[in-house]
Amino acid sequence: MGFFSEIGKYLLMIKGMFSKPENWKMYWKEFMHQCSEVGMGSLWIVVIISVFMGAVSTVQTAYQLTNPLIPKFTIAQVVRDTVILEFAPTLVSIVLAGVVGSKIAGELGNMRVSEQIDALEIMGINTKAYLVLPKILAALVVIPMLIVIAAMLGIWGGKLAGTMSGIISSDEFNKGLFAGFIPYNVFFAMAKAYTFAFLISSIPAYYGYNVKGGALEIGRASTKAVVVTCVAVLFADYFLAAILLKND
Amino acid sequence: MIEVKNLRKGFADKTILKDVSVNMLPGQCNLIIGSSGSGKTVFMKCLVGLFQPDSGDIIYDGKNFTKMSVDQKKEIRKEIGMLFQGSALFSSMTVEENIIFPLDMFTRDSRKQKMDRVNEVLNRVNLEGANKKFPAELSGGMMKRVGIARAIVLNPKYLFVDEPNSGLDPQTSGLIDQLIKEITEEYKITTIVNTHDMNSVMEIGDHIIYMYQGEKEWEGNNKEIIFSKNQRLNEFIFASEFLRDAKDMRMLEETGKIANDRNMEDLTHDDAPELVPSPSE
Repeated sequence: MGFFSEIGKYLLMIKGMFSKPENWKMYWKEFMHQCSEVGMGSLWIVVIISVFMGAVSTVQTAYQLTNPLIPKFTIAQVVRDTVILEFAPTLVSIVLAGVVGSKIAGELGNMRVSEQIDALEIMGINTKAYLVLPKILAALVVIPMLIVIAAMLGIWGGKLAGTMSGIISSDEFNKGLFAGFIPYNVFFAMAKAYTFAFLISSIPAYYGYNVKGGALEIGRASTKAVVVTCVAVLFADYFLAAILLKND
Repeated sequence: MIEVKNLRKGFADKTILKDVSVNMLPGQCNLIIGSSGSGKTVFMKCLVGLFQPDSGDIIYDGKNFTKMSVDQKKEIRKEIGMLFQGSALFSSMTVEENIIFPLDMFTRDSRKQKMDRVNEVLNRVNLEGANKKFPAELSGGMMKRVGIARAIVLNPKYLFVDEPNSGLDPQTSGLIDQLIKEITEEYKITTIVNTHDMNSVMEIGDHIIYMYQGEKEWEGNNKEIIFSKNQRLNEFIFASEFLRDAKDMRMLEETGKIANDRNMEDLTHDDAPELVPSPSE
């Protein structure tokens, strides 16, 4: 019962976001601010994770491909597809669920507990529209960009690790990158990116917006928001794979 | 003017407000007092629309707030200013940005007009020059004054104040009370103050509503409260020996008599003989 009640409240929050803005300029300002917060605030961690996940993929793939009949450029193919299909969208989203999710839940939770949300409501502002919607829209714009950056850096990191350690030459890696490339995989990755971006922003916003109590409850809400978001991302990951990746 | 008629509000199976009716006039400080759990906060939250009442009417200058759509309520809310218990300042914004926020959101004034208005209200609350400070750099009293400045920046018709003196020393509390009273009279605002502070009751209580277990138990002003025979009210207001003495002193000054259940010896303490006026006075 509690689960369905939570889902219902979450959907009502989403519905409540859609109303005519009191002042478009102020909403735009808030949207740009959130783009900067989500994007710049997470860029460095995304860069570091992406380079290393690509590098580790190359080393581990090379370690497992022991058969001399398999050409070395296969390593690049495997790295490319793993990074595009799974690592860039899912791994980065799991990290962003922690970085961005806890920030959103903490910020809104603090605003709720210190009555700042009530103050906005009394001014006549739709707080769901002014506080939650710009965060979700910013995430929908910025997180897919971060995932594209993560995919490129992941592949670059894989190439760097491969060439520096002598596992594969630069030419062979490039050959593997273009061999058997399926553009649909990029579409699939972007579908995941947008879905995860929505989950990463809306679930923590729900938990932060509905905090009751004090500092302890804000901490609990942030933790719960991150855990639920990670589970939701993994669930959505499987769901999207099941419906979008079919060999007819 | 705000008219409240038969207001009822409950949560789950517990009724918090039981048919509260009261009229609040402009240019007056209307104080809601009562012990913790008496329903004061729920009453105020119903008035500003943070809680939807179960039944009853809240009428702002002839417009029934309880029967309005969300958009119509927004229009009334633009005429409401509120000072919260913890001031509720936006912590990421400076004093100036906090105060200019409602102007940016709801007016099309030029930047210069807005800044002039910000400086005007900052002067009004005696905080000139604090524009660039962040809330974390302010004392409790200064935060309250910034909260008042933000609440009055759009020239509201109704001002709601929740526990204005909580966490403040008596001197600062007195200054905040005085500021609220001056602003109320100057701008002819209908001010509603939710308070526990007996100094506020005596100093600015033009109209006092005493709530007891969700009901309006007593209504009057700061003169009448001294002479009230309502036992619950007296137990709440004059809870300490010191306040009972102060009440008797006031009664003695105004009527030459003290409360029926007390005698002159009650006012004579070895350590405070100056409380009793000498016969020559």
